[in-house]
Amino acid sequence: MPPQMTQPATTEITYRDAMREAIRDALHRDDRVFLMGEDVGRYGGCYGVSKGLLAEFGAERIRDTPLSESGFTGAGIGAAMAGMRPIVELMTVNFSLLALDQILNTAATVRHMSGNQFGVPLVIRMATGAGRQLAAQHSHSLEGWYAHIPGIKVLAPATVEDARGMLWTALQDPDPVLIFENVMLYGMAGRLTADAGPVDIARAAVRRPGRDISLITYGGSLWKTLEAAAVLAGENIDAEVIDLRSLRPLDDATIMTSVARTRRAVIIDEGWRSGSLSAEIGMRIVEQAFWELDAPIGRVCSAEVPIPYARHLENAAIPQVPGIVAAAKAALGRV
Amino acid sequence: MPSLGADMEAGKLVEWLVKPGDRVKRGDIVAVVETQKGAIEIEIFETGRIEQILVGLNTEVPVGTPLARIQTELEAMAGTAAAAPPPSAPAVPVAAPPSMPAPVAPSPPPAPLPPLAAPAAAARARVSPAARRLAEAHAIDLATVTGSGPAGAIVYADVERRLGAPVARAEKKRAPGLDLDAMRTAIAAAMARSKREIPHYYLEHQVDVTASEQWLASINAARPPDGRLLIGALMIRSVALAARRFPAFNGFYRDGKFEPSRAVHVGVAIAIRGGGLAAPALHDADHIPLDELMARMRDLVQRTRSGRIRSSEISDPTITVTSLGERGVETLYGIIYPPQVAIAGFGRVVTRPWVVDGAIGPRSVVSITLSADHRVSDGHAGALFLAEIGRLLQEPDKL
Repeated sequence: MPPQMTQPATTEITYRDAMREAIRDALHRDDRVFLMGEDVGRYGGCYGVSKGLLAEFGAERIRDTPLSESGFTGAGIGAAMAGMRPIVELMTVNFSLLALDQILNTAATVRHMSGNQFGVPLVIRMATGAGRQLAAQHSHSLEGWYAHIPGIKVLAPATVEDARGMLWTALQDPDPVLIFENVMLYGMAGRLTADAGPVDIARAAVRRPGRDISLITYGGSLWKTLEAAAVLAGENIDAEVIDLRSLRPLDDATIMTSVARTRRAVIIDEGWRSGSLSAEIGMRIVEQAFWELDAPIGRVCSAEVPIPYARHLENAAIPQVPGIVAAAKAALGRV
Repeated sequence: MPSLGADMEAGKLVEWLVKPGDRVKRGDIVAVVETQKGAIEIEIFETGRIEQILVGLNTEVPVGTPLARIQTELEAMAGTAAAAPPPSAPAVPVAAPPSMPAPVAPSPPPAPLPPLAAPAAAARARVSPAARRLAEAHAIDLATVTGSGPAGAIVYADVERRLGAPVARAEKKRAPGLDLDAMRTAIAAAMARSKREIPHYYLEHQVDVTASEQWLASINAARPPDGRLLIGALMIRSVALAARRFPAFNGFYRDGKFEPSRAVHVGVAIAIRGGGLAAPALHDADHIPLDELMARMRDLVQRTRSGRIRSSEISDPTITVTSLGERGVETLYGIIYPPQVAIAGFGRVVTRPWVVDGAIGPRSVVSITLSADHRVSDGHAGALFLAEIGRLLQEPDKL
């Protein structure tokens, strides 16, 4: 379980700063760790995560790269295989598709194809999600696609604790780990204990216990889902909110335990609906907990359109609180 | 599952009296079905051998569902039993080449009544997996659970609720037969439909039944009490004979037209203690001897009140007789039981000053009423029909 969200002796910190603290901590702990990506050095990262790190650690460890996702991701893979612990930053998941060949065909397969002689202890961070009016080519949520790939782990920190703690845990992994940071979370502030550090990445977290329905989500949708749960509580519906945290592997045990208790589930996923991560989760529930179900499984996903630029259209295209509330009520037969 | 009334959509099979291999003949009672009207004994309409039971005990199935497969003697001889389709399976017509005569399919056993409109209850009940599992764990019959979920689905909470209050409904269900609440619902549906759909007209006729009373008194004097005839038997017989003569009052109004019935099956309205009403048929009331009619009437009343009526009795009356004579009411106007087209009502036999042969004297008089379907008959025919009943009651020895 992750550390408690509120504890005494905490300081307020943004998700962006918690992420920077995690990188700084890793750079201090292990001199094999270095960060590379577009604009991570002098510009400080397109979302400001690595601001100040170049001055602190120098150009050897905070490396600006050319605009060539395939090239520097491949370089990261090589460095990892050669014994380094690289953190590769890709500006957004959209751009990561240029590196998909490296990620899928190389990073994810080397351990298998080398007969376990080589691994790729690489961490790739990237921004995902919509909500900042960056239009279609910067706003998609493709983490579900990566969660499809065997050979890698996919993490989605939604809280400042996980932003602070997941990176180091990921760096300890002998295989590639992808970390998806929702762009709407960077400015979010939360309280962090002074001794916050690495977190377990194997387990989903129950962020709000409840008995009537399980709302299963991750990343940027977690906070909308918690807000929806508060709205539902006002209508005497006690919703449990599960933060998946790891999209691959999925923590089936936590999901099934929750669904077995509440007997209803709605999955909130900013990915497109068809062939989505939510589809996978829904199917697993049917496979493993069919006899516990009391209602059809519901989904709240993004509209199957390129994410629009206009703010009202962008908001309409991705999961929002009223849609989550409506889906939960539908599962309870309270339309 | 035969239709045992115009408003019946489904029935629950509670008892099988035959098993595969048994030989049956037309009219045998083969099963008991529970409906809103109580437990109904199902008769078979084919002679042959039971080949396969298709519906298990305590299963509720929609009207029209095949209950068993029968090998008829003809089929047995032709060796075509295996080819016999389940009786009511929707026949998919196979387009035959135009020049070929259409293949003759083995005829399925006729249903007691042509199936009514496809029942809405035919769809499988919706039960959530969690509810189903809970019900199984506690051996709850899901047919006894009312669904509160979307589209009436049975959800976990419904089974929980049923577990919490297991007594009332279960006990009532277990006694085969009468569920007076359900019967009230059935009566409500039938009578509301009747008043909504049938344009009734009403006639009343006062008849001197002194002759009938005197004839009964002389007949009964030498008989033990349980062998005596009651005036009710004469009333039913007179209605049956009049109905045979005036077919516009004997039959069914269905699908926009009247289908007169050659047979006269007089439905007898029987009040059930504690409330409720049923009108099962006395078959061929115009043909059987009066003594047998009386015996059948006693039997019918007794069985109806104990909640066991046969399927043919409840499903095929062609006209109904209702009488409130025992309750002291002098005149009553009945409501037609759809799809029938007429109901005759008898009030109490009262002693009245009456003019006979120019002189006033005390006579036994009864009010006979007719409620009839104006789509089928008019007041003129109704008056003749009522007069015929009155005339028949004047000559009881000819009944």
